Amino acid sequence: MQWTINGQVREAEVDFRTSLLDLLREQFQLSGTKKGCNQGACGACTVLVDGERINACLALAVQYQGREITTVEGLAEHGKLHPVQAAFVEHDGFQCGYCTPGQLCSAVGMIGELERDLPSAVTADLAAGQIEWQRDELRERMSGNLCRCGAYNGIADAIAAVLAEELGEEIAR
Amino acid sequence: MSALDTGRSGDTQPAGVALAGDYWRPEGRPDPLGEKGRSGIGAPLSRVDGADKVTGGARFAGEFRFDGMLYAALVYSTIANGRIFGIDTRDAESLDGVALVMTHQNAPRLNTPPVFLRAPNGAAGDDHPIMQTDRVHWNGQPVALVLAETQEQADAAAESIRVDYAAEPAMTDFAIAKTQARQPDNLLGGPAEIRVGDADSALAAAAYRVDATYTTPRHNHNAIEPHALTLAWVNEPEGEGETLRIHDASQCVDLAVASLAEVFGIDISRIHITSPFVGGGFGGKTLWQHQILAAAAAKLAGRPVRLALSREGVYRVVGGRACTEQRVALGADDRGRLQALIHSGVAAMTRHNNLPEPFFQATKCLYAADHIRLSIDVADMHMLANTFMRAPGESVGTFALESALDELADQLGMDPLELRARNEPERDPTSGLAFSSRHLLEAARAGAERFGWSERSATPGGRHDGEWQIGMGCATATYPYMRMPGAVATITLTPDGATVGIAAHEMGMGTATVQTQVAAARLGLPVEKIAFRYGDSQLAGSVLAGGSQQTAAIGGAVIAAQRALVTELLSLVDEHSPLSGLSPDEIECRDAGLGAIGDGSRFESYRQILASAGRSELCVEASAAESQELGNWSMHSFGTIFCEAGVNAVTGEVRIRRLLGSFDCGRILNAKTAASQFRGGMIMGLGMALMEETLFDARSGRVMNPSLADYHVPVQMDVPEIEVMWTDIPDPHTPMGAHGVGEIGITGVGAAVANAVYNACGKRVRDLPITLDKLL
Repeated sequence: MQWTINGQVREAEVDFRTSLLDLLREQFQLSGTKKGCNQGACGACTVLVDGERINACLALAVQYQGREITTVEGLAEHGKLHPVQAAFVEHDGFQCGYCTPGQLCSAVGMIGELERDLPSAVTADLAAGQIEWQRDELRERMSGNLCRCGAYNGIADAIAAVLAEELGEEIAR
Repeated sequence: MSALDTGRSGDTQPAGVALAGDYWRPEGRPDPLGEKGRSGIGAPLSRVDGADKVTGGARFAGEFRFDGMLYAALVYSTIANGRIFGIDTRDAESLDGVALVMTHQNAPRLNTPPVFLRAPNGAAGDDHPIMQTDRVHWNGQPVALVLAETQEQADAAAESIRVDYAAEPAMTDFAIAKTQARQPDNLLGGPAEIRVGDADSALAAAAYRVDATYTTPRHNHNAIEPHALTLAWVNEPEGEGETLRIHDASQCVDLAVASLAEVFGIDISRIHITSPFVGGGFGGKTLWQHQILAAAAAKLAGRPVRLALSREGVYRVVGGRACTEQRVALGADDRGRLQALIHSGVAAMTRHNNLPEPFFQATKCLYAADHIRLSIDVADMHMLANTFMRAPGESVGTFALESALDELADQLGMDPLELRARNEPERDPTSGLAFSSRHLLEAARAGAERFGWSERSATPGGRHDGEWQIGMGCATATYPYMRMPGAVATITLTPDGATVGIAAHEMGMGTATVQTQVAAARLGLPVEKIAFRYGDSQLAGSVLAGGSQQTAAIGGAVIAAQRALVTELLSLVDEHSPLSGLSPDEIECRDAGLGAIGDGSRFESYRQILASAGRSELCVEASAAESQELGNWSMHSFGTIFCEAGVNAVTGEVRIRRLLGSFDCGRILNAKTAASQFRGGMIMGLGMALMEETLFDARSGRVMNPSLADYHVPVQMDVPEIEVMWTDIPDPHTPMGAHGVGEIGITGVGAAVANAVYNACGKRVRDLPITLDKLL
């Protein structure tokens, strides 16, 4: 069986019961992706598949052959931190660091959703073509990633800083 | 850019740092590092391990590997009391990949572990024998363990094991258990009852009275990293026997080694635990059955083992906070002066552990009442032993006490902050000791101003925003300063910098970062020249990551090690050295070397001293001074929490609109990581106030919501932007003038929210969590 992970083709023979999360952690030793609940409740296992975020604990490994999988280990390029990673360090968007890989992948996927103008539960006008990038939009969209240390303010600040950089102006509160 | 380069402050003072002396004595000198303007101290340095944590490079305990490693799965009992009369493991043993099924019938003989707070080396949650008999002591006790080649195989095999029980009557209903409550023989080593004067008579005679019962449910820590370990019995060369090597998620590596050594009947030198990263602890990552079972199974199977508890497994095997029922009775005169203060009640416990949830701890020091009575009883239950969870006692105790203060203020028609100010004590009201450092009123005033407290409506229900009723509440936060014995630090100085080693822990508090800053400032070196080693049982001494005491414990040991280092360095210099003839107390560490205090011309760099003496490195080890300060003063951190809540008039939903914490915790060592600690505690407080509850089935004793889908913790959208501020006034009697900041954040929050909800809608909720059904 074959998977494309962080741009590399990887092969392994696995149990049909193996989750994508366990494939990454146990077969390929890509332990950056974390297991917090193994039932889709905490978001620690969030990875990107073809650019979209999913809970790797709820995905069977065999389903994801041939798809482009990106984990936290694949976010930095040429030894340079991804802007979201650098912003998390600067804004103290974590304490223990265990939920962090999931938060980071989730943030990268979420920014893509904003860029594609996908609405969320707090979007005032679902029919409006354009999503206003404001703090509640990103907070709502990041609410599937639990952080028990309580770094939520730092996480929101970090993502807002990255969005502000992209937008060229501050993100509305 | 490395993490070390970000966030460095220009707040510098080039002067060197003299050796700290006897800060713990009444006439002693404060640690010079506590002075304002010290180079690097307080600077918002980004985490030194930040890059590792954002790239996936930080390896947690369940991510190490050994060759030939097996995966473990546990089977948990489904009764709360009784015995196993049949256990059928045949199906499990026949499945592919299964290497071992361990039950009480084949487990190796193990000694009962020493219990935390009961035995000097105790790290264990309870004193039950571990898989040694057919007895079941709580619903969820491990009764079988499977080892297999893969996790999938182990999990499937565990599910195929059938266990038959002979159930016996069990005490699983707190409502019944509390009617048979007993007074424990101690509370955290102190008395379980404290009396000053005659509080009951004073209460009866008081003009104004509040007398109410407050209840708080069970809570679970829910660190996002479930407990996990990877271990092996490693054969040492040349017939030297075996060493148990454990990668664990631990906040007490040394206590865990000592306890495991007793369980397995081996010398402590035969056990080595490392725990460089811990994915959240909050009091839960000590020694529980899973580590012992994993080591026993590895021994039996003759192969290394990884055991990662499922989220449900954490609820079954690792204790949480016990439920409490507390009475707070306040009697006051018409000016709000407290004449009587009673705080008593019951907490659930077992006969096999020693932690009555110490809810009256905060009440001991907060208010100047003329008559005080504090007492705690415990209700023995058949349940998993309860344990420490962030601010044990203070978190739930301040909910009761600070709610009652608000009720009294309401009765008196007085501003709740003013009521608290009128009862500010001169000395500790129960111990009679002077406070080492208490600036609660300054913190309260500054917080009130920043928050806009003056805009609070004096009468409930006075503010609306559409269908939202808006209210403000406040509460006092407090947590004691502690510095436990046992801390030892090593400093290894080379021409290129220094390595500081101490058996302490980093679970996200920022220990590695802050202690790097402190060591750099103390030794006169840039932070880039300091390596801080921790989380390894082979390092000298023992430091518990608990009781918010690590910062002070490490600080005290590094102070001692700095003195040893300077003494050693001075012994190396010859008569031509500019330092010749100086004693350690005439020396300060500055500019990567030693200099004479007040004489810029007398200086020699560490590099020169080592080179002249022909040394490539110098290694010293020293123990922290005894914690005499704790006997000389009443030592606590303080703060005031301000909350603005919205209560939906239609649905009863509560949303927190604003939250501010203004703290008095001595000198703040890193503005960035300390702010995160305060906010993190306050967010756990919001969870406690509004949603957290471990649901315990009173019929079966089983936890009914052992998952993050059913036990709700705050999520991003539940948490407003939280403002934190601090007095930054050093405590002259602690290392660095600092207090720990890990636990105070959760205290006071429950009451601040409840008081804001009352101010919003006029409903007083005395039963946590404040869910919408209680407001309809």
